Amino acid sequence: MSEQKTVANLAPGEVGKICCFKDDKLALKLLDMGCLPGTEVRMKFAAPLGDPICISVDGYRLSLRKAEAATISLVG
Amino acid sequence: MAAKVLNVALIGNPNSGKTSLFNQLTGLNQKVGNFPGVTVDKKTGTLLLANGSRVNVLDLPGTYSLYAKSSDEQVVTDILTDPDNKDFPDVLVVTVDASNLKRNLLLLSQVIDLGIPTILALNMVDLAERMGKGVLADSLAAAYAIPVVAINARKGEGIHRLKEALAAPVRPRPRPFLDINEIAGPALSTAINNSKVSPYLKLHQLLAANQVAEDKAQSLQTRDTTLRYGKINRIVQKAEKPTNQKGLKVYTDRIDKVLTHKVWGYLIFIAILFVIFQAIFTLASWPMDLIDNYVSSFSNWLGQVLPPGVLTSLLKDGIVPGVGGVMIFIPQIAILFAFIALLEESGYMSRVVFLMDKIMRKVGLNGKSVVPLISGVACAIPAIMATRNIENLKERLITIFVTPLISCSARLPVYTILIALVIPDETVLGFLTLQGLVLLALYLLGFGAALITAWLLQRVIKTRERSFLIMELPTYKRPRWKNVGLIIVEKVRTFTFEAGKIIVAISIVLWVLASYGPGDAMEQAEAKVQESFAGQSYTRQEFDNKLAAYKLEHSYAAMLGKGLEPIIRPLGYDWKIGIALVTSFAAREVFVGTMATLYSIQSGADDEATIKSKMKNEINPRTGLPVFTLPVGLSLMVFYAFAMQCMSTLAVVYRETKGWKWPLLQTLYMSGLAYVVAYLVFTGFS
Repeated sequence: MSEQKTVANLAPGEVGKICCFKDDKLALKLLDMGCLPGTEVRMKFAAPLGDPICISVDGYRLSLRKAEAATISLVG
Repeated sequence: MAAKVLNVALIGNPNSGKTSLFNQLTGLNQKVGNFPGVTVDKKTGTLLLANGSRVNVLDLPGTYSLYAKSSDEQVVTDILTDPDNKDFPDVLVVTVDASNLKRNLLLLSQVIDLGIPTILALNMVDLAERMGKGVLADSLAAAYAIPVVAINARKGEGIHRLKEALAAPVRPRPRPFLDINEIAGPALSTAINNSKVSPYLKLHQLLAANQVAEDKAQSLQTRDTTLRYGKINRIVQKAEKPTNQKGLKVYTDRIDKVLTHKVWGYLIFIAILFVIFQAIFTLASWPMDLIDNYVSSFSNWLGQVLPPGVLTSLLKDGIVPGVGGVMIFIPQIAILFAFIALLEESGYMSRVVFLMDKIMRKVGLNGKSVVPLISGVACAIPAIMATRNIENLKERLITIFVTPLISCSARLPVYTILIALVIPDETVLGFLTLQGLVLLALYLLGFGAALITAWLLQRVIKTRERSFLIMELPTYKRPRWKNVGLIIVEKVRTFTFEAGKIIVAISIVLWVLASYGPGDAMEQAEAKVQESFAGQSYTRQEFDNKLAAYKLEHSYAAMLGKGLEPIIRPLGYDWKIGIALVTSFAAREVFVGTMATLYSIQSGADDEATIKSKMKNEINPRTGLPVFTLPVGLSLMVFYAFAMQCMSTLAVVYRETKGWKWPLLQTLYMSGLAYVVAYLVFTGFS
């Protein structure tokens, strides 16, 4: 079984649709911030050292660490 | 007839304009206190409505959800789910950022279900329109069945309509947004529905009391949030109408391209830090000198107009310099917070975190720790106050703990005089001065110690709060000067009244130590000094200098210094240095003044050359050798680099951590570190 793609795998400019979360505790915070299953996120840019990254959700910019982004699985 | 006071609480997402609204409503009629038991600012203010009734406004910390994830957010939930809490509001005003509607409406939908009368303050409609989406206030009012007032908190538009809404005679409880049975499941619902308070409020109470199993609570929370967003999606679809403007988002993207660029991003950040640092260092020095001069001439004037005596001395040498010692920090605090407010207001501060997070995380710090650490080079007082912005408690504590290790400007006079005393004025490699290199080494030593300490602490401090960085990067905005000004006023006020009282109190203690001595030593001082001049001619000035030195040498401070001698002898210090270590507690630069007094140099004269030559000629009676040798000088330098010798810092740490535990640990650690390293340096160079 191949690893499911996560937000951390997105290249700048790439769009993905959230499927589910791997970390229950973080999921609660991410839900509050509007990252719901089915929501489209766009990877905008990474910080100069590669981490954290900035994504766009529901028209606003959200920054999160790579490790946190890796807990958000994408559809397909 | 006196109208009943109305308690209003402001609540909203971070960056939703809540603070601007609070400032618009209350202006300067605000004060900052603390929520009991936590280090979260409690901002309250008052305003008068047109109908003459008084309103108390409480500015709750910004939050995304009633399911709290940080101590700031917990405060909000604790207050709003406890009708017996004295801060429980009669009316809630929820600020909603129209340009970010969906996420902002989540919190609104939650607080509505608490059953507290709620008014929606719809902010930044103009911004949303420029971003391509208009927002219909009427549609939101219909969907939520609550009053909706469109405002522009930055410009102050719509504030009078909000006040009118607050003055409304009848405030019905809002209609529930979500049916509790949908969230809670049948078993829990029965328990909840038989309660006097609203079902959703009861649910939160049960969760807070741990009456719901953790896994169940988690899935309940997930279901709650998901269901709410589902309903909000449908509301937003009706409430948003596209406009044909599209300029604004591109604008923020363009700025971000530069400010988070690999090269430019860091260069600009370093440049900004440099400007802040220079401003605190140089811009503040002018008002600081002015305060210093006024305080000392005021104190001299008091000495002339008041009859000599204990009270005059207490006033002139204890209280006035103590108050002056508080005022002297005000320029630095004002300048640092002007910059920090600008960085926060403009939206740049979150980019700083974004840029620095990976580096700072390695040593247990937060991206936001960078600004306090750098400001610490000027002064630890405003720097520690600036850690308020760090939400994670552990990262905040570590930053507070290590900031005083950074060499502040008060150490500079001590370094300068010691370097001039023991380091030869030579050049290295043809162009570097040895003295300059030693100074640089001392600053690097401070930074190194701060980072290593942070790294160690990160392993020691246990916390249940998990470190995460899920943070909004807000759009760039032009700062509002009113908000910047109010932040400066608030920070200066807090420092003056909270840390100030401790500083004045310790100043008085130090005054007692330095001006009283055991037995009748002080009464006999004049006679003794006259005896020592027997047969010689002397000027009035020489006599006074000698008298001051004699008094200090026979004071309780000297007793402490002498008592310290066995402890500090391994570091190469004598009891006179011991006195200076004691008096330095008022502020490190007092070292120079104390040395001047002890060596009977004209008081008030900052003639470094004189102090230097006197110190150079000082002979240790035990060894017969000069006191200030290279090993002693170096040992003193590292001692001053590390030791916690600043009561103002302690007072601020006390105020910021709500107790004496951290300031005491910090004093023990820093002084212990100073002792060990100074000992190693002394023995190493001897």
